[in-house]
Amino acid sequence: MELLSGADMIARFLQDEGIEYIYGYPGGAALHIYDALFRQDKVKHILVRHEQAATHAADGYARASGKAGCVLVTSGPGATNAVTGIATAYMDSIPMVVLCGQVASHLIGEDAFQETDIVGVTRPIVKHSFSIRHPSEIPEVLKKAFYLASTGRPGPVVVDIPKDMTAPTERYEYVYPKKVKLRSYNPVTRGHTGQIKKAVEMMLKAKRPVFYTGGGVVTGKASEGLTDLVKQLGYPITTTLMGIGAYPQSDRQCLGWLGMHGSYESNMAMHHADLIIAIGARFDDRVTNSTSKFCPTAKIIHVDVDPSSISKTVRADVPIVGPASSVINEMISLVQGHKIAHPEALTEWWQKVDGWRADREGKLYEPSKPGEALKPQEVIEALCRVTRGEAYVTTDVGQHQMFAAQYYKFDKPNRLITSGGLGTMGFGFPAAMGIKQNYPDDDVVCVTGEGSFQMMMQELSTCKQYGVGVKIVNLNNASLGMVRQWQDLNYKSRHAHSYMESLPDFHMLIEAYGFTAITVTTIDELEPALERAFADKHELVFLDVKVDPFEHVYPMQVPLGAMRDMLLSKTERT
Amino acid sequence: MRHIISILLENEPGALSRVVGLFSQRNFNIETLNVAPTEDPSLSRLTVTTVGDDRVIEQITKHLNKLIDVVKLVDLTEGNHIERELMLVKVKALGSARDEVKRTVDIFRAQIVDVTPSLYTVQITGDAGKLDAFLQAMAPVGILEVARTGVSGIARGDKVLSL
Repeated sequence: MELLSGADMIARFLQDEGIEYIYGYPGGAALHIYDALFRQDKVKHILVRHEQAATHAADGYARASGKAGCVLVTSGPGATNAVTGIATAYMDSIPMVVLCGQVASHLIGEDAFQETDIVGVTRPIVKHSFSIRHPSEIPEVLKKAFYLASTGRPGPVVVDIPKDMTAPTERYEYVYPKKVKLRSYNPVTRGHTGQIKKAVEMMLKAKRPVFYTGGGVVTGKASEGLTDLVKQLGYPITTTLMGIGAYPQSDRQCLGWLGMHGSYESNMAMHHADLIIAIGARFDDRVTNSTSKFCPTAKIIHVDVDPSSISKTVRADVPIVGPASSVINEMISLVQGHKIAHPEALTEWWQKVDGWRADREGKLYEPSKPGEALKPQEVIEALCRVTRGEAYVTTDVGQHQMFAAQYYKFDKPNRLITSGGLGTMGFGFPAAMGIKQNYPDDDVVCVTGEGSFQMMMQELSTCKQYGVGVKIVNLNNASLGMVRQWQDLNYKSRHAHSYMESLPDFHMLIEAYGFTAITVTTIDELEPALERAFADKHELVFLDVKVDPFEHVYPMQVPLGAMRDMLLSKTERT
Repeated sequence: MRHIISILLENEPGALSRVVGLFSQRNFNIETLNVAPTEDPSLSRLTVTTVGDDRVIEQITKHLNKLIDVVKLVDLTEGNHIERELMLVKVKALGSARDEVKRTVDIFRAQIVDVTPSLYTVQITGDAGKLDAFLQAMAPVGILEVARTGVSGIARGDKVLSL
């Protein structure tokens, strides 16, 4: 029998759970735990410079690896600083366990120094949360936390740990719980066979079908099955922003992504479809535009592991509750050996879809002419060429995020790492850091803007401490581009606070941390600078790319319209 | 439409706040709420009445089911059920009104459970409509204080909400 203190139990549990990196920041209430981590060397603690970055780094790792990320912060401000990162993970269903120090039990409720009711604060943005009430329950609670975070529809779990629960003098028996059982939590393991049969019948009879798949396919590790199913049927597919890469974008059947800034052909195909096969997507407002005008002629099959996602905003005709992977596999076995009922209708449908695709080809944006400012779109296209479309690309939020998603071509899942649901500026850089530490031999690039980057740029210091060689492509338009775009469209170009005055000299800033910075202003400089940046996988390089501040992101759906109602450029609309 | 949702909930600190928080977070409404431990001390039974169309009620039950602390739930209004509410009312009882109040109490099969020279405290059980009607009947006499438990309910017949 092994007797351990609460703090040592936490360190030991993380080892036994196979956690390699934990991101965090120490403080009074967490010091026993930090001491326990110090006295072992299996779990590596990464000291960030702000707790929000710890959550984003763990989140980035979780998205790239499919495993739960782990965070350790202290009570009060340590925990509240982590809130934005927890909300980010919650909105995108990312598995994460956040261990929060708390003031000692006898002080709780007395407004003690650095006390916050973090379980209360985070209640609406966690999958579940726990408060430790006795040191002996630590192993079981932590096991439950990791189990809940990474099964069913994944999400963040907060564990609140009062300081006296980790006191070094109080020791209890430690056994690593191999399994846990929660009587009220039984995530579905497969969909209803009758419903799946019904769905497949509809799929085989459809005349104008389109697959619409989301982040659930990526987190549900169902990309291979999806690719197989879509290829067998020969139907067009569009993904959400979160679902990018679940089906190879370079394949002819992929129409790109859909929604507010999705591709013209995706939105047109959705609007005219007679059957939408939605898998692991949640019909959110950035996809559907006005729900009352959404896809007027389509029947909807909706597969999701979370029953509350089904018929939340758009009513499903055939709801299927189940994990994407098992439902897709069942669909594949039902499709096999069957022919689609209307091959001639499919041919006609493809002619239409290809027509939409051809309509916009070569008209997506106007490349810069010699002497003109670079277009952000061409920067992303060059980035994609230089990295052969194989990099992990994280983004912050705004125009650069949309350009990165539109012009980098992703053929694999888990490669575009972006805050889709919450839209968190500051996410990209720490997320890239978390990924790079776990995938040191891969290219990891953060596409950002000067607005977003300044929200988390203190992490340059963390990258210096741990030698993290991420690449940063700063699309510097000296303005909050997406805000500015909306102000151009809706506020007669009154640019209220969307202009970033007094920007730092990024070159000097980056060099102050001992890293390399390259400023790019012309098209001739672009590819050589990118080649230089990616020459050494282990060196952090910052590209400050001056881009055209007047550029807008198009297509852009017209508010309150249907899927097909889009602005296509500053002068064209559908 | 009004629905009565009965929930078996883990009897743990914070569990109730998750349920209540869900309603405000998702813009659902709570008309009444009633909660107490069951014969199994690890479980509480919570009854909530809410108003919404089918789509809203479907979302409410789905989201409730997602809460880890919610073990089981049933929408009692989907079938035959018994619903009861308990109310304690202090009413003025002076002069001729004393007899008038006593008569009304009898008509409603309520009970007077406390008496002072100037007021009666009445205990009444029934569905919400009966309690509302009693309050209406008492209004002219003068209602001094009302304490209502909110609806509690159970399905009729063999149906049982248990683990």
